Amino acid sequence: MKTLSPTRQALAYAALAVITVFMLLPFVWVLFGSFKTQSEFLHSPGAWFPESFQIQNYVQLFAERGFGNYMLNSIIVSAVAVVGNVIFSAMAGYALAKLRFRGRGFVFPLVIVSMIVPYVALFVPQFIVVVQMGLVNTLTAIVMPVLVLPLSVFIMRQFAHSVPFELMEAARLDGSGEVRLFFRIFLPLTGPGLATVAILSFLSSWNNFLWPLVVAQSQATYTAPVGLSVASQASNTVSFGLLLAGAMVVLLPILILFLFLQKYFIQGVAATGLK
Amino acid sequence: MTSTATRALVTPEAPSRRLRGTRRAHEGSRAEAVTAWTFLAPFLVLFALFTGIPAVFALSASLTDMTARDIRDPFGVNFTGFEAFFKIIGNPGFQSAFLNTVMFVVLCVPLSMGLGFALALMLNSAIRRLRTFFRAAAYVPVITNIVAAAVIWQYAFSITGPVNNSLGALGLPQPNWLGDPGWAITTVVMMGVWRTAGTCMILFLAGLQAVPEEIYEAASTDGAGRWRTLWSITLPLLRPTTLLVTVLQTVSFLNIFEEPYLLTKGGPLGSTKSIALWVYEQFGFGNISASMAGSVLLLLLVGIVAIVQFRMLRPKH
Repeated sequence: MKTLSPTRQALAYAALAVITVFMLLPFVWVLFGSFKTQSEFLHSPGAWFPESFQIQNYVQLFAERGFGNYMLNSIIVSAVAVVGNVIFSAMAGYALAKLRFRGRGFVFPLVIVSMIVPYVALFVPQFIVVVQMGLVNTLTAIVMPVLVLPLSVFIMRQFAHSVPFELMEAARLDGSGEVRLFFRIFLPLTGPGLATVAILSFLSSWNNFLWPLVVAQSQATYTAPVGLSVASQASNTVSFGLLLAGAMVVLLPILILFLFLQKYFIQGVAATGLK
Repeated sequence: MTSTATRALVTPEAPSRRLRGTRRAHEGSRAEAVTAWTFLAPFLVLFALFTGIPAVFALSASLTDMTARDIRDPFGVNFTGFEAFFKIIGNPGFQSAFLNTVMFVVLCVPLSMGLGFALALMLNSAIRRLRTFFRAAAYVPVITNIVAAAVIWQYAFSITGPVNNSLGALGLPQPNWLGDPGWAITTVVMMGVWRTAGTCMILFLAGLQAVPEEIYEAASTDGAGRWRTLWSITLPLLRPTTLLVTVLQTVSFLNIFEEPYLLTKGGPLGSTKSIALWVYEQFGFGNISASMAGSVLLLLLVGIVAIVQFRMLRPKH
Protein backbone atom coordinates (compact mmCIF):
# COMPACT_ATOMS: atom_id res chain seq x y z
CA MET A 1 0.00 0.00 0.00
CA LYS A 2 1.33 3.44 -0.86
CA THR A 3 2.65 5.36 2.11
CA LEU A 4 0.83 8.31 3.59
CA SER A 5 2.07 11.86 3.21
CA PRO A 6 4.24 13.00 6.15
CA THR A 7 1.46 15.28 7.42
CA ARG A 8 -1.07 12.45 7.51
CA GLN A 9 1.46 10.16 9.16
CA ALA A 10 2.08 12.79 11.81
CA LEU A 11 -1.68 13.07 12.38
CA ALA A 12 -1.95 9.31 12.80
CA TYR A 13 0.87 9.29 15.34
CA ALA A 14 -0.76 12.16 17.21
CA ALA A 15 -4.13 10.38 17.29
CA LEU A 16 -2.52 7.15 18.47
CA ALA A 17 -0.56 9.01 21.15
CA VAL A 18 -3.71 10.68 22.50
CA ILE A 19 -5.64 7.38 22.59
CA THR A 20 -2.68 5.65 24.25
CA VAL A 21 -2.52 8.31 26.97
CA PHE A 22 -6.22 7.81 27.76
CA MET A 23 -5.88 4.02 27.70
CA LEU A 24 -2.98 4.14 30.14
CA LEU A 25 -4.26 6.85 32.50
CA PRO A 26 -5.81 4.38 34.98
CA PHE A 27 -2.39 2.77 35.40
CA VAL A 28 -0.87 6.16 36.20
CA TRP A 29 -3.59 6.82 38.77
CA VAL A 30 -3.15 3.47 40.50
CA LEU A 31 0.64 3.56 40.51
CA PHE A 32 0.93 7.03 42.03
CA GLY A 33 -2.25 6.82 44.12
CA SER A 34 -1.03 3.71 45.90
CA PHE A 35 1.86 5.71 47.41
CA LYS A 36 -0.35 8.48 48.81
CA THR A 37 -0.77 8.38 52.59
CA GLN A 38 -4.06 8.31 54.49
CA SER A 39 -3.73 12.00 55.37
CA GLU A 40 -2.99 12.97 51.78
CA PHE A 41 -6.28 11.42 50.73
CA LEU A 42 -7.99 13.62 53.32
CA HIS A 43 -6.37 16.98 52.56
CA SER A 44 -5.70 16.63 48.82
CA PRO A 45 -7.81 13.76 47.49
CA GLY A 46 -7.51 14.94 43.89
CA ALA A 47 -3.70 15.11 43.73
CA TRP A 48 -2.36 12.89 40.98
CA PHE A 49 1.04 12.39 42.58
CA PRO A 50 2.07 11.56 46.15
CA GLU A 51 4.03 14.12 48.17
CA SER A 52 6.60 11.43 48.76
CA PHE A 53 6.66 7.74 47.99
CA GLN A 54 5.39 6.05 51.15
CA ILE A 55 5.07 2.27 51.09
CA GLN A 56 2.86 2.11 54.19
CA ASN A 57 -0.18 1.09 52.14
CA TYR A 58 1.62 -1.98 50.85
CA VAL A 59 2.96 -2.85 54.28
CA GLN A 60 -0.48 -2.53 55.84
CA LEU A 61 -2.04 -4.56 53.04
CA PHE A 62 0.09 -7.59 53.78
CA ALA A 63 0.72 -7.12 57.50
CA GLU A 64 -2.78 -6.25 58.67
CA ARG A 65 -5.23 -7.06 55.89
CA GLY A 66 -4.29 -10.67 55.15
CA PHE A 67 -3.55 -9.94 51.53
CA GLY A 68 -0.64 -12.37 51.53
CA ASN A 69 -3.07 -15.19 52.14
CA TYR A 70 -5.43 -14.00 49.37
CA MET A 71 -2.50 -13.81 46.96
CA LEU A 72 -1.41 -17.31 47.94
CA ASN A 73 -4.93 -18.60 47.25
CA SER A 74 -4.92 -16.87 43.86
CA ILE A 75 -1.53 -18.36 43.02
CA ILE A 76 -2.62 -21.89 44.03
CA VAL A 77 -5.89 -21.66 42.08
CA SER A 78 -4.19 -20.24 38.98
CA ALA A 79 -1.32 -22.74 39.05
CA VAL A 80 -3.71 -25.69 39.30
CA ALA A 81 -5.89 -24.18 36.56
CA VAL A 82 -2.90 -23.77 34.23
CA VAL A 83 -1.71 -27.35 34.76
CA GLY A 84 -5.25 -28.70 34.35
CA ASN A 85 -5.92 -26.72 31.20
CA VAL A 86 -2.62 -27.60 29.54
CA ILE A 87 -2.97 -31.34 30.18
CA PHE A 88 -6.70 -31.80 29.68
CA SER A 89 -7.10 -29.50 26.70
CA ALA A 90 -4.13 -31.09 24.93
CA MET A 91 -5.78 -34.48 25.45
CA ALA A 92 -9.19 -33.27 24.30
CA GLY A 93 -7.80 -31.28 21.37
CA TYR A 94 -5.79 -34.28 20.24
CA ALA A 95 -8.81 -36.57 20.42
CA LEU A 96 -11.05 -34.11 18.58
CA ALA A 97 -8.63 -33.26 15.78
CA LYS A 98 -6.55 -36.38 15.32
CA LEU A 99 -8.50 -39.45 16.38
CA ARG A 100 -11.33 -41.10 14.53
CA PHE A 101 -14.19 -42.42 16.63
CA ARG A 102 -17.94 -42.55 16.74
CA GLY A 103 -19.48 -39.52 18.42
CA ARG A 104 -16.73 -37.05 17.56
CA GLY A 105 -19.18 -34.85 15.71
CA PHE A 106 -21.24 -34.65 18.89
CA VAL A 107 -18.45 -33.48 21.21
CA PHE A 108 -17.15 -30.39 19.39
CA PRO A 109 -20.53 -28.60 19.37
CA LEU A 110 -20.52 -28.99 23.17
CA VAL A 111 -17.29 -26.98 23.24
CA ILE A 112 -18.82 -24.20 21.15
CA VAL A 113 -22.06 -24.17 23.16
CA SER A 114 -20.22 -23.84 26.45
CA MET A 115 -18.25 -20.90 25.06
CA ILE A 116 -21.48 -19.07 24.24
CA VAL A 117 -23.81 -19.72 27.20
CA PRO A 118 -23.94 -16.56 29.37
CA TYR A 119 -22.17 -17.18 32.64
CA VAL A 120 -24.88 -15.58 34.77
CA ALA A 121 -27.19 -18.41 33.70
CA LEU A 122 -24.79 -20.96 35.15
CA PHE A 123 -23.35 -19.72 38.39
CA VAL A 124 -26.42 -20.40 40.54
CA PRO A 125 -26.83 -24.05 39.46
CA GLN A 126 -23.04 -24.46 39.61
CA PHE A 127 -23.24 -23.27 43.20
CA ILE A 128 -25.95 -25.83 43.90
CA VAL A 129 -23.80 -28.58 42.33
CA VAL A 130 -20.94 -27.54 44.62
CA VAL A 131 -23.24 -27.51 47.65
CA GLN A 132 -24.36 -31.06 46.81
CA MET A 133 -20.71 -32.13 46.53
CA GLY A 134 -20.00 -30.60 49.93
CA LEU A 135 -17.31 -28.33 48.52
CA VAL A 136 -18.61 -24.84 49.38
CA ASN A 137 -15.90 -22.52 50.63
CA THR A 138 -12.98 -24.59 49.34
CA LEU A 139 -10.26 -23.79 46.81
CA THR A 140 -11.20 -27.04 45.06
CA ALA A 141 -14.63 -25.62 44.27
CA ILE A 142 -13.07 -22.39 42.98
CA VAL A 143 -10.74 -24.18 40.59
CA MET A 144 -12.92 -27.06 39.37
CA PRO A 145 -15.10 -25.25 36.80
CA VAL A 146 -12.02 -23.66 35.18
CA LEU A 147 -9.87 -26.79 35.17
CA VAL A 148 -10.47 -27.31 31.46
CA LEU A 149 -11.94 -24.26 29.77
CA PRO A 150 -13.81 -24.80 26.50
CA LEU A 151 -11.64 -22.01 25.08
CA SER A 152 -8.52 -24.08 25.79
CA VAL A 153 -9.98 -27.12 24.05
CA PHE A 154 -10.92 -24.93 21.10
CA ILE A 155 -7.38 -23.54 20.84
CA MET A 156 -5.70 -26.95 21.14
CA ARG A 157 -8.00 -28.37 18.50
CA GLN A 158 -6.96 -25.52 16.18
CA PHE A 159 -3.28 -26.13 16.85
CA ALA A 160 -3.71 -29.89 16.50
CA HIS A 161 -4.71 -29.44 12.87
CA SER A 162 -1.16 -28.33 12.09
CA VAL A 163 0.25 -31.75 13.07
CA PRO A 164 0.54 -33.76 9.85
CA PHE A 165 -1.40 -37.01 9.70
CA GLU A 166 1.40 -38.57 7.64
CA LEU A 167 3.71 -38.31 10.63
CA MET A 168 1.21 -40.06 12.86
CA GLU A 169 0.50 -42.76 10.27
CA ALA A 170 4.22 -43.42 9.91
CA ALA A 171 4.58 -43.79 13.68
CA ARG A 172 1.54 -46.10 13.79
CA LEU A 173 3.13 -48.29 11.11
CA ASP A 174 6.27 -48.42 13.22
CA GLY A 175 4.14 -49.91 15.96
CA SER A 176 3.66 -46.88 18.21
CA GLY A 177 0.68 -47.11 20.56
CA GLU A 178 -1.92 -44.32 20.72
CA VAL A 179 -0.69 -42.90 24.02
CA ARG A 180 2.89 -42.93 22.82
CA LEU A 181 1.83 -41.02 19.68
CA PHE A 182 0.35 -38.34 21.89
CA PHE A 183 3.50 -37.87 23.94
CA ARG A 184 6.13 -38.39 21.25
CA ILE A 185 4.56 -36.80 18.18
CA PHE A 186 1.69 -34.57 19.21
CA LEU A 187 2.92 -32.72 22.31
CA PRO A 188 6.35 -31.71 20.92
CA LEU A 189 4.70 -30.25 17.82
CA THR A 190 2.06 -28.20 19.61
CA GLY A 191 4.32 -26.20 21.95
CA PRO A 192 3.03 -22.76 20.89
CA GLY A 193 -0.55 -23.97 21.37
CA LEU A 194 0.24 -25.21 24.87
CA ALA A 195 1.90 -21.88 25.67
CA THR A 196 -1.18 -19.97 24.49
CA VAL A 197 -3.44 -22.19 26.57
CA ALA A 198 -1.20 -21.76 29.62
CA ILE A 199 -1.24 -17.96 29.29
CA LEU A 200 -4.98 -17.66 28.65
CA SER A 201 -5.95 -20.04 31.43
CA PHE A 202 -3.68 -18.21 33.85
CA LEU A 203 -5.25 -14.91 32.79
CA SER A 204 -8.80 -16.14 33.13
CA SER A 205 -8.34 -17.90 36.46
CA TRP A 206 -6.33 -15.02 37.95
CA ASN A 207 -8.98 -12.53 36.85
CA ASN A 208 -11.94 -14.80 37.64
CA PHE A 209 -14.25 -12.92 39.96
CA LEU A 210 -17.92 -13.84 40.08
CA TRP A 211 -17.46 -17.56 40.78
CA PRO A 212 -14.87 -17.18 43.57
CA LEU A 213 -17.06 -14.41 45.02
CA VAL A 214 -20.00 -16.83 45.22
CA VAL A 215 -18.04 -19.85 46.48
CA ALA A 216 -15.49 -18.29 48.84
CA GLN A 217 -17.34 -17.48 52.01
CA SER A 218 -14.57 -16.76 54.46
CA GLN A 219 -11.24 -14.97 54.40
CA ALA A 220 -9.44 -18.32 54.36
CA THR A 221 -10.59 -19.00 50.79
CA TYR A 222 -10.74 -15.46 49.34
CA THR A 223 -8.73 -15.02 46.18
CA ALA A 224 -7.01 -11.65 45.70
CA PRO A 225 -9.79 -10.10 43.53
CA VAL A 226 -12.47 -11.26 46.00
CA GLY A 227 -10.50 -9.89 48.95
CA LEU A 228 -10.05 -6.60 47.13
CA SER A 229 -13.72 -6.33 46.21
CA VAL A 230 -14.87 -7.15 49.75
CA ALA A 231 -12.51 -4.48 51.09
CA SER A 232 -13.77 -1.93 48.58
CA GLN A 233 -17.40 -2.60 49.55
CA ALA A 234 -16.39 -1.45 53.02
CA SER A 235 -14.82 1.69 51.56
CA ASN A 236 -16.07 3.83 54.45
CA THR A 237 -13.54 2.17 56.69
CA VAL A 238 -10.83 1.36 54.16
CA SER A 239 -8.76 4.13 52.62
CA PHE A 240 -8.30 4.52 48.88
CA GLY A 241 -4.55 4.22 49.38
CA LEU A 242 -4.93 0.71 50.71
CA LEU A 243 -7.36 -0.26 47.93
CA LEU A 244 -5.10 1.15 45.23
CA ALA A 245 -2.13 -0.74 46.66
CA GLY A 246 -4.32 -3.85 46.56
CA ALA A 247 -5.28 -3.12 42.95
CA MET A 248 -1.62 -2.69 42.08
CA VAL A 249 -0.72 -6.05 43.62
CA VAL A 250 -3.57 -7.79 41.78
CA LEU A 251 -2.58 -6.16 38.47
CA LEU A 252 1.17 -6.70 38.58
CA PRO A 253 1.50 -10.43 37.83
CA ILE A 254 -0.61 -10.10 34.67
CA LEU A 255 1.14 -6.91 33.56
CA ILE A 256 4.58 -8.48 33.98
CA LEU A 257 3.49 -11.57 32.09
CA PHE A 258 2.04 -9.41 29.32
CA LEU A 259 5.26 -7.43 29.03
CA PHE A 260 7.23 -10.57 28.23
CA LEU A 261 4.69 -12.76 26.47
CA GLN A 262 2.57 -10.24 24.56
CA LYS A 263 2.65 -12.42 21.45
CA TYR A 264 0.83 -15.31 23.09
CA PHE A 265 -1.86 -13.11 24.63
CA ILE A 266 -2.65 -11.52 21.29
CA GLN A 267 -2.36 -14.76 19.35
CA GLY A 268 -4.87 -16.34 21.67
CA VAL A 269 -7.43 -13.58 21.13
CA ALA A 270 -6.96 -13.44 17.39
CA ALA A 271 -7.10 -17.23 17.15
CA THR A 272 -10.47 -17.50 18.74
CA GLY A 273 -12.13 -14.14 18.70
CA LEU A 274 -12.85 -14.47 22.39
CA LYS A 275 -11.46 -12.85 25.48
CA MET B 1 -2.74 -18.76 11.40
CA THR B 2 -4.76 -16.00 13.01
CA SER B 3 -6.90 -15.18 10.03
CA THR B 4 -7.73 -18.79 9.22
CA ALA B 5 -8.72 -19.37 12.79
CA THR B 6 -10.93 -16.30 12.86
CA ARG B 7 -12.60 -17.53 9.71
CA ALA B 8 -12.92 -20.97 11.27
CA LEU B 9 -15.20 -19.55 13.93
CA VAL B 10 -17.43 -17.93 11.34
CA THR B 11 -17.57 -21.14 9.31
CA PRO B 12 -16.79 -23.91 11.78
CA GLU B 13 -17.22 -26.54 9.05
CA ALA B 14 -14.06 -25.61 7.19
CA PRO B 15 -11.36 -27.46 9.15
CA SER B 16 -13.35 -30.66 9.66
CA ARG B 17 -14.08 -30.90 5.95
CA ARG B 18 -10.37 -30.79 5.24
CA LEU B 19 -9.86 -33.32 7.97
CA ARG B 20 -12.29 -35.82 6.50
CA GLY B 21 -10.50 -35.62 3.17
CA THR B 22 -7.13 -36.49 4.61
CA ARG B 23 -8.46 -39.11 6.96
CA ARG B 24 -9.97 -41.34 4.32
CA ALA B 25 -6.84 -43.51 4.26
CA HIS B 26 -7.15 -44.47 7.91
CA GLU B 27 -10.31 -45.87 9.44
CA GLY B 28 -10.42 -45.50 13.21
CA SER B 29 -9.33 -48.56 15.15
CA ARG B 30 -10.84 -49.69 18.42
CA ALA B 31 -7.71 -48.62 20.26
CA GLU B 32 -8.14 -45.17 18.78
CA ALA B 33 -11.72 -44.89 19.99
CA VAL B 34 -10.81 -46.02 23.49
CA THR B 35 -7.96 -43.52 23.60
CA ALA B 36 -10.22 -40.75 22.29
CA TRP B 37 -12.89 -41.22 24.95
CA THR B 38 -10.29 -41.56 27.68
CA PHE B 39 -8.63 -38.35 26.54
CA LEU B 40 -11.97 -36.55 26.36
CA ALA B 41 -13.15 -37.84 29.74
CA PRO B 42 -11.83 -34.96 31.91
CA PHE B 43 -13.42 -32.37 29.65
CA LEU B 44 -16.70 -34.27 29.39
CA VAL B 45 -17.02 -34.88 33.14
CA LEU B 46 -16.35 -31.24 33.99
CA PHE B 47 -18.64 -30.10 31.17
CA ALA B 48 -21.43 -32.27 32.53
CA LEU B 49 -20.94 -31.04 36.11
CA PHE B 50 -20.48 -27.34 35.44
CA THR B 51 -22.25 -26.61 32.15
CA GLY B 52 -24.57 -29.47 31.15
CA ILE B 53 -26.31 -30.15 34.46
CA PRO B 54 -26.42 -26.44 35.42
CA ALA B 55 -27.99 -25.51 32.08
CA VAL B 56 -30.71 -28.15 32.46
CA PHE B 57 -31.13 -27.10 36.07
CA ALA B 58 -31.51 -23.41 35.14
CA LEU B 59 -34.23 -24.26 32.63
CA SER B 60 -36.06 -26.51 35.09
CA ALA B 61 -35.74 -24.21 38.10
CA SER B 62 -37.22 -21.34 36.12
CA LEU B 63 -40.42 -23.39 35.89
CA THR B 64 -40.72 -23.84 39.66
CA ASP B 65 -41.18 -21.75 42.79
CA MET B 66 -37.68 -22.50 44.06
CA THR B 67 -36.15 -20.31 46.77
CA ALA B 68 -32.87 -20.36 48.70
CA ARG B 69 -34.43 -22.75 51.26
CA ASP B 70 -34.64 -25.44 48.56
CA ILE B 71 -30.93 -25.41 47.66
CA ARG B 72 -30.09 -28.43 49.81
CA ASP B 73 -33.14 -30.33 48.58
CA PRO B 74 -33.69 -29.08 45.02
CA PHE B 75 -36.32 -31.68 44.17
CA GLY B 76 -38.81 -30.68 46.83
CA VAL B 77 -40.16 -27.73 44.83
CA ASN B 78 -43.47 -27.12 43.08
CA PHE B 79 -43.85 -26.95 39.32
CA THR B 80 -45.43 -23.62 38.44
CA GLY B 81 -45.07 -23.48 34.64
CA PHE B 82 -44.22 -20.10 33.19
CA GLU B 83 -45.42 -18.17 36.23
CA ALA B 84 -41.93 -16.96 37.14
CA PHE B 85 -41.49 -15.60 33.60
CA PHE B 86 -44.78 -13.67 33.68
CA LYS B 87 -43.92 -12.33 37.11
CA ILE B 88 -40.53 -10.96 36.15
CA ILE B 89 -41.70 -9.56 32.80
CA GLY B 90 -44.26 -7.54 34.77
CA ASN B 91 -41.67 -6.53 37.35
CA PRO B 92 -40.59 -2.86 37.00
CA GLY B 93 -37.10 -3.69 38.33
CA PHE B 94 -36.56 -6.26 35.60
CA GLN B 95 -38.01 -3.96 32.94
CA SER B 96 -35.65 -1.18 33.86
CA ALA B 97 -32.71 -3.63 33.96
CA PHE B 98 -33.70 -4.75 30.47
CA LEU B 99 -33.76 -1.15 29.18
CA ASN B 100 -30.44 -0.37 30.87
CA THR B 101 -28.88 -3.43 29.24
CA VAL B 102 -30.17 -2.39 25.82
CA MET B 103 -28.70 1.05 26.41
CA PHE B 104 -25.30 -0.37 27.36
CA VAL B 105 -25.31 -2.45 24.17
CA VAL B 106 -26.41 0.47 21.96
CA LEU B 107 -23.72 2.76 23.40
CA CYS B 108 -20.81 0.41 24.07
CA VAL B 109 -20.86 -1.78 20.94
CA PRO B 110 -20.51 1.00 18.32
CA LEU B 111 -18.10 3.02 20.46
CA SER B 112 -15.75 0.13 21.22
CA MET B 113 -15.90 -1.17 17.65
CA GLY B 114 -15.35 2.29 16.18
CA LEU B 115 -12.35 2.92 18.41
CA GLY B 116 -10.99 -0.58 17.80
CA PHE B 117 -11.40 -0.22 14.04
CA ALA B 118 -9.76 3.22 13.95
CA LEU B 119 -6.82 1.86 15.96
CA ALA B 120 -6.48 -1.19 13.71
CA LEU B 121 -6.62 0.91 10.57
CA MET B 122 -3.94 3.32 11.80
CA LEU B 123 -1.71 0.51 13.05
CA ASN B 124 -2.10 -1.46 9.84
CA SER B 125 -1.48 1.18 7.22
CA ALA B 126 -0.77 4.66 8.56
CA ILE B 127 2.37 4.16 10.64
CA ARG B 128 5.59 2.18 10.44
CA ARG B 129 7.22 2.58 13.83
CA LEU B 130 6.03 1.84 17.38
CA ARG B 131 3.28 -0.51 16.18
CA THR B 132 3.91 -3.07 18.92
CA PHE B 133 3.91 -0.35 21.56
CA PHE B 134 0.61 1.23 20.50
CA ARG B 135 -1.00 -2.19 20.09
CA ALA B 136 0.12 -3.23 23.56
CA ALA B 137 -1.11 0.02 25.13
CA ALA B 138 -4.58 -0.39 23.63
CA TYR B 139 -4.69 -4.04 24.65
CA VAL B 140 -3.54 -3.77 28.28
CA PRO B 141 -7.01 -2.72 29.57
CA VAL B 142 -8.43 -5.99 28.21
CA ILE B 143 -6.27 -8.11 30.48
CA THR B 144 -6.60 -5.79 33.46
CA ASN B 145 -8.27 -7.35 36.47
CA ILE B 146 -11.79 -5.95 36.61
CA VAL B 147 -11.88 -5.59 40.40
CA ALA B 148 -8.62 -3.64 40.36
CA ALA B 149 -9.86 -1.54 37.44
CA ALA B 150 -13.07 -0.72 39.30
CA VAL B 151 -11.12 0.36 42.40
CA ILE B 152 -9.00 2.66 40.25
CA TRP B 153 -12.04 4.16 38.53
CA GLN B 154 -13.86 4.66 41.82
CA TYR B 155 -10.87 6.61 43.10
CA ALA B 156 -10.22 8.58 39.90
CA PHE B 157 -13.86 9.46 39.27
CA SER B 158 -14.86 10.22 42.87
CA ILE B 159 -16.20 13.75 43.36
CA THR B 160 -12.91 15.08 44.68
CA GLY B 161 -10.73 12.66 42.73
CA PRO B 162 -7.95 13.28 40.20
CA VAL B 163 -10.29 13.54 37.20
CA ASN B 164 -12.41 16.30 38.70
CA ASN B 165 -9.28 17.92 40.10
CA SER B 166 -7.91 18.29 36.57
CA LEU B 167 -11.27 19.35 35.13
CA GLY B 168 -11.48 22.01 37.82
CA ALA B 169 -7.98 23.22 37.04
CA LEU B 170 -9.06 23.62 33.42
CA GLY B 171 -12.14 25.56 34.50
CA LEU B 172 -14.51 22.80 33.38
CA PRO B 173 -17.55 21.52 35.32
CA GLN B 174 -16.89 18.68 37.78
CA PRO B 175 -19.69 16.13 37.49
CA ASN B 176 -20.64 13.60 40.12
CA TRP B 177 -19.43 10.73 37.93
CA LEU B 178 -20.66 7.84 40.07
CA GLY B 179 -23.47 9.47 42.04
CA ASP B 180 -25.61 11.09 39.35
CA PRO B 181 -27.70 8.64 37.27
CA GLY B 182 -26.81 10.11 33.87
CA TRP B 183 -23.11 10.41 34.66
CA ALA B 184 -22.99 6.96 36.26
CA ILE B 185 -24.18 5.46 32.97
CA THR B 186 -21.53 7.48 31.14
CA THR B 187 -18.82 6.23 33.49
CA VAL B 188 -19.85 2.58 33.13
CA VAL B 189 -19.96 2.99 29.34
CA MET B 190 -16.50 4.58 29.31
CA MET B 191 -15.15 1.69 31.32
CA GLY B 192 -16.82 -0.84 29.05
CA VAL B 193 -15.31 0.79 25.97
CA TRP B 194 -11.90 1.13 27.62
CA ARG B 195 -11.93 -2.58 28.48
CA THR B 196 -13.05 -3.96 25.12
CA ALA B 197 -11.71 -1.67 22.37
CA GLY B 198 -8.44 -3.62 22.46
CA THR B 199 -10.17 -6.90 21.62
CA CYS B 200 -11.94 -5.26 18.66
CA MET B 201 -8.63 -3.81 17.53
CA ILE B 202 -6.87 -7.19 17.53
CA LEU B 203 -9.68 -8.87 15.60
CA PHE B 204 -9.87 -6.05 13.03
CA LEU B 205 -6.08 -6.13 12.67
CA ALA B 206 -6.22 -9.86 11.92
CA GLY B 207 -8.92 -9.15 9.33
CA LEU B 208 -7.01 -6.26 7.74
CA GLN B 209 -3.82 -8.27 7.48
CA ALA B 210 -5.68 -10.93 5.51
CA VAL B 211 -6.60 -8.43 2.76
CA PRO B 212 -4.16 -9.04 -0.13
CA GLU B 213 -1.87 -6.14 -0.95
CA GLU B 214 -2.57 -6.44 -4.70
CA ILE B 215 -6.18 -5.37 -4.24
CA TYR B 216 -5.05 -2.04 -2.80
CA GLU B 217 -2.52 -1.64 -5.59
CA ALA B 218 -5.19 -2.30 -8.21
CA ALA B 219 -7.54 0.21 -6.57
CA SER B 220 -4.80 2.80 -6.45
CA THR B 221 -3.96 2.19 -10.13
CA ASP B 222 -7.62 2.72 -10.94
CA GLY B 223 -7.35 6.10 -9.25
CA ALA B 224 -9.44 5.32 -6.14
CA GLY B 225 -8.76 7.72 -3.27
CA ARG B 226 -8.02 6.66 0.28
CA TRP B 227 -11.55 7.04 1.66
CA ARG B 228 -13.06 5.54 -1.46
CA THR B 229 -10.77 2.48 -1.07
CA LEU B 230 -11.73 2.16 2.59
CA TRP B 231 -15.45 2.36 1.83
CA SER B 232 -15.62 0.23 -1.33
CA ILE B 233 -12.85 -2.29 -0.77
CA THR B 234 -11.63 -2.62 2.80
CA LEU B 235 -15.00 -2.55 4.55
CA PRO B 236 -16.74 -5.08 2.24
CA LEU B 237 -13.75 -7.43 2.52
CA LEU B 238 -13.83 -7.10 6.30
CA ARG B 239 -17.48 -8.14 6.47
CA PRO B 240 -16.82 -11.53 8.16
CA THR B 241 -14.60 -9.87 10.76
CA THR B 242 -17.15 -7.12 11.36
CA LEU B 243 -19.83 -9.76 11.82
CA LEU B 244 -17.72 -11.69 14.30
CA VAL B 245 -16.79 -8.59 16.31
CA THR B 246 -20.38 -7.28 16.32
CA VAL B 247 -21.74 -10.56 17.63
CA LEU B 248 -19.00 -10.98 20.25
CA GLN B 249 -19.34 -7.42 21.50
CA THR B 250 -23.14 -7.50 21.57
CA VAL B 251 -23.18 -10.80 23.45
CA SER B 252 -20.58 -9.56 25.90
CA PHE B 253 -22.47 -6.32 26.64
CA LEU B 254 -25.83 -8.10 26.89
CA ASN B 255 -24.16 -10.05 29.68
CA ILE B 256 -22.58 -6.97 31.28
CA PHE B 257 -22.24 -7.59 35.00
CA GLU B 258 -18.89 -6.78 36.53
CA GLU B 259 -18.56 -3.14 35.50
CA PRO B 260 -21.85 -1.95 37.03
CA TYR B 261 -21.65 -4.38 39.96
CA LEU B 262 -18.23 -3.18 41.04
CA LEU B 263 -18.40 0.46 39.99
CA THR B 264 -21.89 1.54 41.01
CA LYS B 265 -23.64 -1.50 42.50
CA GLY B 266 -26.23 -0.93 39.78
CA GLY B 267 -27.07 2.50 41.23
CA PRO B 268 -27.72 5.30 41.68
CA LEU B 269 -31.48 4.57 41.70
CA GLY B 270 -30.97 1.42 39.63
CA SER B 271 -29.78 3.50 36.68
CA THR B 272 -26.89 1.15 35.85
CA LYS B 273 -28.50 -2.16 36.85
CA SER B 274 -28.15 -4.69 34.01
CA ILE B 275 -30.14 -7.89 33.52
CA ALA B 276 -27.17 -9.97 34.71
CA LEU B 277 -26.87 -7.82 37.82
CA TRP B 278 -30.61 -8.17 38.46
CA VAL B 279 -30.26 -11.96 38.15
CA TYR B 280 -27.38 -11.89 40.63
CA GLU B 281 -29.39 -9.80 43.10
CA GLN B 282 -32.38 -12.12 42.91
CA PHE B 283 -30.04 -15.01 43.74
CA GLY B 284 -28.82 -12.97 46.71
CA PHE B 285 -32.42 -12.38 47.83
CA GLY B 286 -33.04 -16.12 47.62
CA ASN B 287 -35.52 -15.88 44.70
CA ILE B 288 -33.92 -18.73 42.78
CA SER B 289 -36.80 -19.26 40.35
CA ALA B 290 -36.97 -15.55 39.44
CA SER B 291 -33.20 -15.47 39.08
CA MET B 292 -33.22 -18.50 36.78
CA ALA B 293 -36.14 -17.19 34.73
CA GLY B 294 -34.20 -13.94 34.28
CA SER B 295 -31.12 -15.78 33.11
CA VAL B 296 -33.15 -17.95 30.71
CA LEU B 297 -34.63 -14.76 29.21
CA LEU B 298 -31.12 -13.33 28.92
CA LEU B 299 -29.98 -16.53 27.21
CA LEU B 300 -32.89 -16.26 24.74
CA LEU B 301 -32.06 -12.61 24.10
CA VAL B 302 -28.41 -13.45 23.42
CA GLY B 303 -29.40 -16.27 21.06
CA ILE B 304 -31.94 -14.17 19.13
CA VAL B 305 -29.60 -11.19 18.77
CA ALA B 306 -26.72 -13.39 17.61
CA ILE B 307 -28.88 -15.13 14.99
CA VAL B 308 -30.32 -11.84 13.69
CA GLN B 309 -26.86 -10.32 13.41
CA PHE B 310 -25.49 -13.36 11.58
CA ARG B 311 -28.34 -13.08 9.08
CA MET B 312 -28.00 -9.34 8.60
CA LEU B 313 -24.26 -9.35 8.12
CA ARG B 314 -23.96 -12.57 6.15
CA PRO B 315 -22.24 -12.07 2.78
CA LYS B 316 -24.78 -11.25 0.07
CA HIS B 317 -24.59 -13.62 -2.88
